[in-house]
Amino acid sequence: MGNKVLMKGTEAIGEAAMRANCQCFFGYPITPQTEVAAYMAKKMPALGRVFVQAESEIAAIHMVYGAAGTGVRCMTSSSSPGISLMSEGISYIAGAELPCLIVNIVRGGPGLGSIQAAQSDYFQATKGGGHGDYNMPVFAPSSVQEMIDLIQEAFDVADEYRTPCMIMGDGMLGQMMEPVEFLDRQPRKLPNKDWAATGLLGRKTHNVINSLFLAPEELEQHNTHLQEKYKIIKENEVRYELFDCDRENDLILVAYGTTSRICKNVIRSAEREGILLGLVRPITLWPFPTKAFEETVHHTRFGYLTVEMSAGQMVEDVQLAVNGRAPIGFYGRTGGMVPHPDDILATVKQMVHEGVQVWH
Amino acid sequence: MALTFAKPKALTDTPTHYCPGCTHGLIHRLIAEVIDELGVLDKTIGVAPVGCSVLAYDYFAADMFEASHGRAPAVATGIKRAKPESVVFTYQGDGDLAAIGTAEVVHAATRGEKITTVFVNNAIYGMTGGQMAPTTLPGQVTETTPYGRDTQQAGFPIRVSEMIATLDGACYVERVSVDSVKNVLKAKKAIKKAFEYQLAGKGFSLVEVLSTCPTNWGLSPTEALGWLRDNMMPYYSLGVKKDIAAEVK
Repeated sequence: MGNKVLMKGTEAIGEAAMRANCQCFFGYPITPQTEVAAYMAKKMPALGRVFVQAESEIAAIHMVYGAAGTGVRCMTSSSSPGISLMSEGISYIAGAELPCLIVNIVRGGPGLGSIQAAQSDYFQATKGGGHGDYNMPVFAPSSVQEMIDLIQEAFDVADEYRTPCMIMGDGMLGQMMEPVEFLDRQPRKLPNKDWAATGLLGRKTHNVINSLFLAPEELEQHNTHLQEKYKIIKENEVRYELFDCDRENDLILVAYGTTSRICKNVIRSAEREGILLGLVRPITLWPFPTKAFEETVHHTRFGYLTVEMSAGQMVEDVQLAVNGRAPIGFYGRTGGMVPHPDDILATVKQMVHEGVQVWH
Repeated sequence: MALTFAKPKALTDTPTHYCPGCTHGLIHRLIAEVIDELGVLDKTIGVAPVGCSVLAYDYFAADMFEASHGRAPAVATGIKRAKPESVVFTYQGDGDLAAIGTAEVVHAATRGEKITTVFVNNAIYGMTGGQMAPTTLPGQVTETTPYGRDTQQAGFPIRVSEMIATLDGACYVERVSVDSVKNVLKAKKAIKKAFEYQLAGKGFSLVEVLSTCPTNWGLSPTEALGWLRDNMMPYYSLGVKKDIAAEVK
């Protein structure tokens, strides 16, 4: 059914979340994603749902902690400096195992940085951000449509595993308008939230939402439980796209989000010059699609070229996945600069002409 | 034999970890008695702070949250907005509420969140071993004011109740003390009123309870009660700081 509408990325985030039965939105204005809050402020009250403009990102994430602890679907949205402030709360949410959605429309950093598109929060999103041994699933859409689809999926993953989930886009994805379609989808079969603190409502024992375990034995046990959960998530929830990887490529590009779209253009222009390229596009940044490299390492003559809008934060994960079996190059721009296809192609040519072949 | 004095239903059987002479246990009991008397245990959700009362979630029989340091009013906002039919209270000390969590309590109050905050002021950081609190009195000796709080260097104590009372979203603010039987009874009355205002949907209510920390004050429990009377009560005057019901009349 063709029910396509033209929508801005940030507004599509709000609409997708509402359609995924998000009951509460808590947020604080920050460029380039403030339209998410504005959209929610306009639409949520009419549905009898909650919109609160918090006094800070710190307060917003703790409102999420409170609402999520009662078992309702809830979310917040912010951009890089705001996510830094939220990192305390995200650590508590991961520790207390509360399902919720956090949207990060990444802008250039460090510090106040810029308000232009960047991917320089990769480490923060995938390696922790807050304190302690925790991870959260991080989804990186490359189009407004995919962002819509992943928001609904992220809410389900959050509920299924009792974990915060992050949608990580960039300023470009948040600000662009694209035709999108909201499709009815089959929700996952989700467990009951019998852990939620709702008020006893006749229950005999009280539920406590908590991340404090004073006895080291108990905290270690809790951490072991979290790690086992993360292992299951790694087994079940990895997502990636392989683009033109099923041929004998000269080189395989690795990129996500906006950068991956640029890379797809580079693949076509390289073909015209007789260079064959593939693309590994991680859709989940955590868990990282290590498997994608198992499947492609024998389809590239000169290895991989990671392309990012950062100083190369994803390169480490690519190195771990490739594990020395192929050379890995990097091309990146920072500070809100977007890689130009010609510059990526120039790096490709350099690797192909000067590189050591993985196989002959 | 007839039972004439029992543990409130709103408290669990877990023994508290509080020091001898500490008034946290007593204040827990007052809240629990109020929850029992109002018959709201089934729909009450409490939020514990970081500080000495961090384990309050083990002591109240209601559903509970443990918040990060200072964020209890934001957590309570999320709870109450998600479950408006519930009764939500935060239990916070002076470091938690008046230092690291100042923004959260001020904005919960000014938004008129329909929650109740019980603010326990003992003029010191207890859990970390007796450092200066935002409510430590001028001249008071603590671990981090070893020569007494010098207001030129460490600033002045915050009168939280008076500050919150200036906010239009606050419907009821009272400062009480637990230094004597008479004042304990008054404290309970204030806590009950704060919960009743929440149930009536009037807005944000806060009860500041002047309390003791014999361990970190270096006094016996009885001496501590005297110190509270002689030093805290003159600086932090007891009484109703705001009551919208009284204003309407």
